[in-house]
Amino acid sequence: MNASAILAAIGTVAALAAVLGGILGWVATRLRSDPDALVERIDALLPQTQCAQCRYPGCRPYAEAIARGEADIDRCPPGGEATVRALAALLDREPRPVDPHYGTTRAPRVALIDEDRCIGCALCLPACPVDAIVGAPRLMHTVIAAHCTGCELCLAPCPVDCIAMVEPAATSPGRAVA
Amino acid sequence: MKLRGLTLDGHKSRPLKGLIRPVPPPAMLVLALDQGAGEAAAPVVRPGDAVRVGSPIAAGAGAATALHSPVSGIVREIAEHPAPRGAGRCIVIDNDGRDEPAVPAAPVDWRAMDGKALLGLVAEAGIAGLGGAAFPTATKLALARAAGVELLLLNGAECEPWICCDDALMRERAPDIVLGAQVMLAATGAQRCVIAIEDDKPEAIAAVESAVRATDDARFEVRVLPALFPLGAEAPLVAAVTGREVPHDGWPPQVGAVCQNVATAATVARLVRDGRPAMSRIVTVTGSGVNEPANVEARIGTPVAALVDACGGYAATNVRHIAGGSLTGRMLAGDEVPVTKGLNCVLLATAADLPLRAPEVPCIRCGDCADVCPAGLLPQQLHVAARAGDSAGLARFGLGACIECGCCDYVCPSSIPLTARFRAARAREHLAEVERHRALEAKARYERHQRRLAEQAEAERQAFDAARRRAGGADPGGG
Repeated sequence: MNASAILAAIGTVAALAAVLGGILGWVATRLRSDPDALVERIDALLPQTQCAQCRYPGCRPYAEAIARGEADIDRCPPGGEATVRALAALLDREPRPVDPHYGTTRAPRVALIDEDRCIGCALCLPACPVDAIVGAPRLMHTVIAAHCTGCELCLAPCPVDCIAMVEPAATSPGRAVA
Repeated sequence: MKLRGLTLDGHKSRPLKGLIRPVPPPAMLVLALDQGAGEAAAPVVRPGDAVRVGSPIAAGAGAATALHSPVSGIVREIAEHPAPRGAGRCIVIDNDGRDEPAVPAAPVDWRAMDGKALLGLVAEAGIAGLGGAAFPTATKLALARAAGVELLLLNGAECEPWICCDDALMRERAPDIVLGAQVMLAATGAQRCVIAIEDDKPEAIAAVESAVRATDDARFEVRVLPALFPLGAEAPLVAAVTGREVPHDGWPPQVGAVCQNVATAATVARLVRDGRPAMSRIVTVTGSGVNEPANVEARIGTPVAALVDACGGYAATNVRHIAGGSLTGRMLAGDEVPVTKGLNCVLLATAADLPLRAPEVPCIRCGDCADVCPAGLLPQQLHVAARAGDSAGLARFGLGACIECGCCDYVCPSSIPLTARFRAARAREHLAEVERHRALEAKARYERHQRRLAEQAEAERQAFDAARRRAGGADPGGG
């Protein structure tokens, strides 16, 4: 074996490394995984309650935090086990129970305003993340039950505690789902 | 194409020994706002209102037909009551026994009316599919008219064991069926009408054939089919008669046909002959649990107990009340449940009629269920997907195409209640779909809310800046 053969081998490997490295670098810049697309896919699995129990101000911000690796997938009590499982499958992680620190999973409820006690202060209107409360200052307010996600964010601002969380009425009258 | 299904013992001879019996109107009628189609009609009366025979009491909405009072009397209440499809809101009427009509009986000059007007007439009369689904007849005919169907297919197959109300109707009132079909032909613009009857009903076939001959209408044809369950279901029937298969996610007008039950046609005939809306129907009362099994004509809202009384009362103490036949029937809450437009049969079953199922054992993957499935599905695969809660698998194996006929249950050597599982899976998938839809809507509303807040904040900032600039102009020195 002589020096030229060793040099030729080193040269070939170096050239290969340079070419392949170049291709990989180009592919990495051209086909970068879109962080927004991941956020969208995470957001699509969240229940869209917008309740902020995860300590983020809505489902989308929580999805962004998960995508950044800042928050874990166990912070969504309204979604419960099903949501954690779906997120775990999407992100290839181990499913785990919802962290009770962020709340407990329970049957969905809707807000109901006791119209006799409502003083029309309008404080609950901006609190509702999905604009499901109809009202105006000094007029009685009411909750559009079909739009209410049961996030409970309207309870705290109410100065007269006239909002209660109740069982939602059956969505479709008639056929009972047995 | 191959007809798939089961040849079963019909148990139909006992109720067909006598004629159709009228049930005396009871003292109190309970009219379910959901007559079986899954949606509730909107009441147009209040408690205390006086009604007469044929007065409208609820307006149709979506899949719900209009309701008319079958008796004269007073509306007692509108409240939750047991009904064939589970408890639901019902209009309760106290019968005064006088049977005063809201308008005097008068024939309708239907030959002078165009299709649109006829459809309006049928809709106003609250006529629903009497085969069991209780879907509004006018809506179905209107969709068929829009699709330009060529064939009106009258369903007199009545393939399910125990049920024989259509058989009795065809034997006794065949001319009504033909008259109703003529009205439906005019309403849809279809060119011909096939009346399909299974070959285990020779008397009905003879009666309908003679009624067709009597009208001398060349558009009619009586087609005799083999007695095979579930050939009377819509898609298999269309396939058997036309040779064209209805797409799984489609419906018969796509292959140029519209199906109507023979009893629905007879109700249309009564409408044009007397101007009477849909207020009664024929119900088979059968099983070993009743003394004299018979087909009875009862006003809508009559409790099942009154039907049993008209048939000689109970013959056994421990009977199950089943709405429909032995394969697709559903358990009723009891005999206080009222007759609805969708109730074709009350089977008062003793243990001898319907032996209890053997305990379920694991699937051995024999494939018998796939051999009988009239929809051409693989029930064993659907079963695996349903147990796993696998939505994608359920969709891939065609859960939506299942007609819930019960053939797979019947042949399963492991006694697996497949149809019940599929029904439950379907309900779960439906709820999940509703949830997904709600989530999407909430997401859109949340995004609009966020956008509006941002715009408001931006407007406030600009207003603040503008104010500061004005203030700054007056006092350039600032702090």
